[in-house]
This record gives sequence, structure tokens and C-alpha cells, in this order.
Amino acid sequence: MAGSIAIVDYGMGNLRSVAKAIEHVAPLGTQVLITDHAQEILNADRVVFPGQGAAGDCMAALKSRELIEPLAQAAKTRPFLGICMGMQVMLDHSEENGGVHLLGWFKGAVRRFPAGCDARGLALKIPQMGWNQIQQIKPHPLWQGVADFSRFYFVHSYYCAPEDAALDVGVTEYGITYTSALAQGSVFAIQSHPEKSADDGLQVLKNFTRWDGRPD
Amino acid sequence: MSLAKRIIPCLDVADGRVVKGVQFESLRDAGDPVEAARRYNLEGADELTFLDISASHEGRETLLHMVEHVAEEVFIPLTVGGGIRAISDVRRLLNAGADKVSINTAAVHNPDLIKEIADSVGAQCLVVAIDARRVSAVGAPLRWEIFTHGGRKPTGLDAVEWAQRMARYGAGELLVTSMDRDGTKQGFDLDLTRAIADSVPVPVIASGGVGSLDDLTAGILQGHADAVLAASIFHFGTYRIAEAKANMAAAGIEVRG
Repeated sequence: MAGSIAIVDYGMGNLRSVAKAIEHVAPLGTQVLITDHAQEILNADRVVFPGQGAAGDCMAALKSRELIEPLAQAAKTRPFLGICMGMQVMLDHSEENGGVHLLGWFKGAVRRFPAGCDARGLALKIPQMGWNQIQQIKPHPLWQGVADFSRFYFVHSYYCAPEDAALDVGVTEYGITYTSALAQGSVFAIQSHPEKSADDGLQVLKNFTRWDGRPD
Repeated sequence: MSLAKRIIPCLDVADGRVVKGVQFESLRDAGDPVEAARRYNLEGADELTFLDISASHEGRETLLHMVEHVAEEVFIPLTVGGGIRAISDVRRLLNAGADKVSINTAAVHNPDLIKEIADSVGAQCLVVAIDARRVSAVGAPLRWEIFTHGGRKPTGLDAVEWAQRMARYGAGELLVTSMDRDGTKQGFDLDLTRAIADSVPVPVIASGGVGSLDDLTAGILQGHADAVLAASIFHFGTYRIAEAKANMAAAGIEVRG
């Protein structure tokens, strides 16, 4: 079941890396399409929703491209993968840019990392940049073949704080313990960049290209 | 469970080829950047940095193709630096598959460029490279100045103040190179690394002077760096990335396995 995968292009960040990583692991014959057309997104069997940059710009770009409704519809009806900012915008509200209303698919806020110290007492740097571990606090088909506490590449200054802890499938520590992967129904979202996280990241993407959208 | 300190091999490239070559056994083509990148990925490099030293326009075009090829095969973060002067250069590199760009001279000549780039593509893509030399007299309080043109031309800018300014302008990360130590194999200028790392909120990569595995470890422990960058000790097979990580881990530093 090769099928098609749409990568949502709303002008926020370089999608080539995501596309190349997906092509690298997808079943032979899978059609990978970078698109900002609602109909193409809704025609695809799977949707990847990446993104980087500022929350305010992301929401403005989604509005101006009239993608908010089509994305909500796609997320309910097929396997849907949010990456980095693509995860954060699924919540209600972000502290970034003086406060931004997000898509509101899940209750909760996106907050800036608080000031903190590492084990040696040095101030934690913001953005968090580099390889941190994800503890898989719940099984999920996208974790298949990925060892618990595997390291993924992260770059972010804000983190997701969903209200419903039942959404959490992965958590990470950076001064605080925060939600680094969440899932509900056919939606899976991850704060790190699987397309830049070597073999473990590729495994998550590979699992996504074969996932039927059921949470277990 | 915490963030790992990073080891970043740096490859000099010109006209799309690795300059001087990477001397691993079993490498078919020592000048092929894709092969070198693939090899470093397998060895556990946490990121890769390509520094383009092409002089010509054609060389820069070739660089874009090189970045495309590497990004199609190696799925770890790629930073590309050298000759970036405008936002259009940044966009072309990011579109070709670079995750971050490293900017040096252009930032000195036009600091506002850093603001513009951070605003348009985000701080997470933007590394500002800081080349500094010690200018304080022996016994006087330590002071470093920014130099351009491969460390030959002084600018009068205080390195720590400059680093703070670049972080404020939107640099997501700083690559701090001691031009006194670069190429000497005597180790990082740890005072410089620490002076900057302790005074900016963003991550700092230590660079310049690595000759041994202990130098890398000292960059983290004494220099307070978040990542260490080295070229020749890895390229010439003196040490493997895995040995560097084992040495760091033995010193209590968290590394990616």
C-alpha cells in the first residue's frame, strides 16, 4: 500500500529535508508531494505537517493560505504527523510573539522554557539545540523499533504543555519534564526533528509511512 | 536524561570537493563530500559543518549541488558557512538542504544582516561565527578582539561584547574560534570559550586548536561549550568520533551513544 504523502508547505522552513527523509524510508512507489493546496492535502493518504520559525508567522501563513479547515479535516481522517512547530500549533495558545491563538485541536499552552541550570550549575541555553532523549511513556505504533530513551535532534525555545496528560506519548527533560510527543486518534506529533535524527528519526518516519492511523 | 554535548566534524570544501581530503581507510574518494558525510554519520557525528572556501561564483553554485547531495543521504543537521553575504544566499542554502548557515565576515560588516536573517528564517537556522584573538598584555585582564580575513585583520570589536550583541540580534548559536590556536593543536583557548559561553544565553560551539581527545573534553568542562568542532584530528584518522565520545563520557559528560 504505497499511496501518497502530502507535506504541507506554508512557507515556514525548509521542507526539502523532510521530503528527502520520507522518500528515503517510504515504501517503493509512494508519491511524496510538497504542497499548499487544500485539495491536494485532502487527496493524500497521509499528511506531514512540519514547520519552524515563530508561532505568529505560522498561524498567519496558515490563515492566508486558507489551510486551517482542511488541516483539521485531514487530521481527523488519515494518519497525520506534526513536527516541531507543526506540533506546537495544534494546541490552544502560545506565549510566543506576545501571545498567539493556535489551531486549538488540543487544550493546552505553548510556553517558553523557564530559566534553569544543568547538572553542573551552568545556565541552560535557549534554544535547546541538540540531541536529547525521549522517554516513551506510552506505546504507539510510531515507536516500533525505536528504543526507549533514544536521542532525537531538537531545536526549540518553547515547549508544549497539553492539559490532558493522556495525550502524552513521549516526554523529555530540559530543566523541566515536558511533552515531546503526543498522540490522539490518527494524529501523532513530535517536537524534535525526526528527519534530522539519524536512524531513530528515520525509523519514526518509516513507521508513519506504514501506519494505518489507529493509536494501537 | 538530558541534552547531550555535541561533536561536530568540520570539512573545508572548495568547488564542491573536500579540500585536502579526508583520510579514512576504505574511502574510495577522499575528496567526495557525500562519502565523507556518510562516513561521519556512521561514526556518530552529531552534526556536520561544511566551510566553503571557493573563491569563484561557479564554486558557490557547485556548493549548492553538494549540499543537495549530502542532504539526500545524510539525516543529521548540516551547517554551511563561507561567503554568505545576503539573505538570498541564506535562502538558497537552506532550500538546498542546509539546516543552519554560519555567518562571519558579513556580520562584522553589516550587523543588521543578522537581525534580518533571524527575522526572516528564524534564529534556529543561524550560527554566527566569531573569530577572535587575544589582545590583552600578559598579566592584564583578558581581552579578545574580533578579526576577519582568516585572523589577519583586526576590527577593534571586543569579542565578548560582540558575542552578546550577536545573540541579542538573533543568532541561534555562536561558533567561537580562537585564531591564536587555530591549526596549532594546542587545544582551545578555554578562557575565550568560557568568557563567551558564560555571557550569552545561546549555545556556544568551541573551535580552533584541537590536538587531542582531552582538548575536546576540556572545551566542554572548562570552556563551558555546548558543542566542540574539530577538523584535522578526525580527517586524518588520528582519532575516531567514538573515541572522542568515550573520552567525554569517562569525564562525566553526557554524549549521544
